[in-house]
Amino acid sequence: MFDEEKVLKALVKGMRDGVIELPLDVHEKIKEAHAKETNETAKNQLEAILTNIQLAHDGQAPMCQDTGVQIFFIKAGYDFPYLKELVKLVPKAIAKATTDVPLRPNTVNPFDGTNPKNNLGFNMPAMTIDMVEGDGATVYVFPKGGGSENMSKLWMLTPAQGFKVMKQKIIEQVQFAGGKPCPPIVVGIGIGGGADIAMKLAKKALLRPLDEPNPKPEIAEMEKELLDMINSLGVGAMGMGGDTTSLAVQIEYTNRHPATFPVGMVIQCWCDRRQSIKINKDGMVV
Amino acid sequence: MAEYRLTTPVDEETISKLKVNDVVYLSGTVFTARDEAHMELMEDGGVEGFDMTGLGLYHAGPVMKKEGDEWQVVSAGPTTSYRMETLEPKFLDMFPVKLIIGKGGMGPLTLAALKKNNVVYVSFTGGAGALAAKGLGKVKTVYYLDKLGMPEAVWVFEAKEFGPLVVSMDSHGDSLYDVVNAKTKQQMEKIFKETLGV
Repeated sequence: MFDEEKVLKALVKGMRDGVIELPLDVHEKIKEAHAKETNETAKNQLEAILTNIQLAHDGQAPMCQDTGVQIFFIKAGYDFPYLKELVKLVPKAIAKATTDVPLRPNTVNPFDGTNPKNNLGFNMPAMTIDMVEGDGATVYVFPKGGGSENMSKLWMLTPAQGFKVMKQKIIEQVQFAGGKPCPPIVVGIGIGGGADIAMKLAKKALLRPLDEPNPKPEIAEMEKELLDMINSLGVGAMGMGGDTTSLAVQIEYTNRHPATFPVGMVIQCWCDRRQSIKINKDGMVV
Repeated sequence: MAEYRLTTPVDEETISKLKVNDVVYLSGTVFTARDEAHMELMEDGGVEGFDMTGLGLYHAGPVMKKEGDEWQVVSAGPTTSYRMETLEPKFLDMFPVKLIIGKGGMGPLTLAALKKNNVVYVSFTGGAGALAAKGLGKVKTVYYLDKLGMPEAVWVFEAKEFGPLVVSMDSHGDSLYDVVNAKTKQQMEKIFKETLGV
């Protein structure tokens, strides 16, 4: 039996922990960046970030006042029997988390400017459901802030331009973004598929822990190459100069149409928030 | 770089002393205003009984909660200041604030207005909402809450050593963001030429 009460509780906890606790892999990367920073202003900024992470944890308050838009990615097994129940519970959990945590009401109607104040709205919440082998489901909670999202990009390159121009565009965008997306940033890149698919892959790339390079060695190498180039720019923490502009570059891809070379880029702020909740075939939280 | 502990109202002489890269911890009255609040305050000519002389203007849309009759700040990091670029020159002409607190820096219009009115722009760490909440301390009052809602309202705080705030645009026409932007652009051209061969 699908345990609605417990799953609701787990989803709300996922959103609460999501905005309060930074994943350990991200925390570690920021500590490393702080330890090796040679620019004094940047070092102070990284120190303020580390103090902030601790204060948020101690006081159980959101790390950042922009608690984001609550985005959900669900990996559901073909044999998971409670997908309908789970999907229907998500909006309820978002409304509850908005008052309980609290989350900032962040969903504005683009036409009349009204805000329902529950982080829901027309065509919401944003959910991406992927079917996979298995009989359980994993829910990824991904609260995404506005400042970093504003620096996203899509390039429809020609195949002749390919990787060389892709790298150039990525570097240009990080330089242009400067301090606006709250660096040190995480850069998500999606290649191939089509306009929408490249963008979705770029966002999904951000779900991968920062200490896990792409499993394909040649792609992992490109991630490293891009990271080194970005960090040699000298944008630094909060864009005031420094050694670490980016904590990681994460690339995902799918095959492309022979006439196209789509590249999507989504930037994530240092406050790289994500949580996951697993539910088994019996509808219980694992 | 020097470190300063300042209390509002901050005087003209102190502002003139501050240079790019200095660090400030600010105590006293700090109030929030984003796009909407800037426009409202300018349209109304300010709020009766609220003297802005020497205060800190903070670009922020905080998460607040009400405990009994009292408002408390939960998380209150800075918002992107650039959105206020076209509004700030007139705002500084109308109201005698002495520090603008935000993130990401502002453009040439504000840089000129800072010089004209002897004001500094200081950066607080983006996303550091819990640290900001600690420094901002108690809520003194709030204006425009019903009209503008929680993030856009003018929240007035009694700050205690709010910081670290980095002086990134001073009253002498210097901007740390302009310096970094020029350097990173140069570095980018170097990467294009030497690493990518484009």
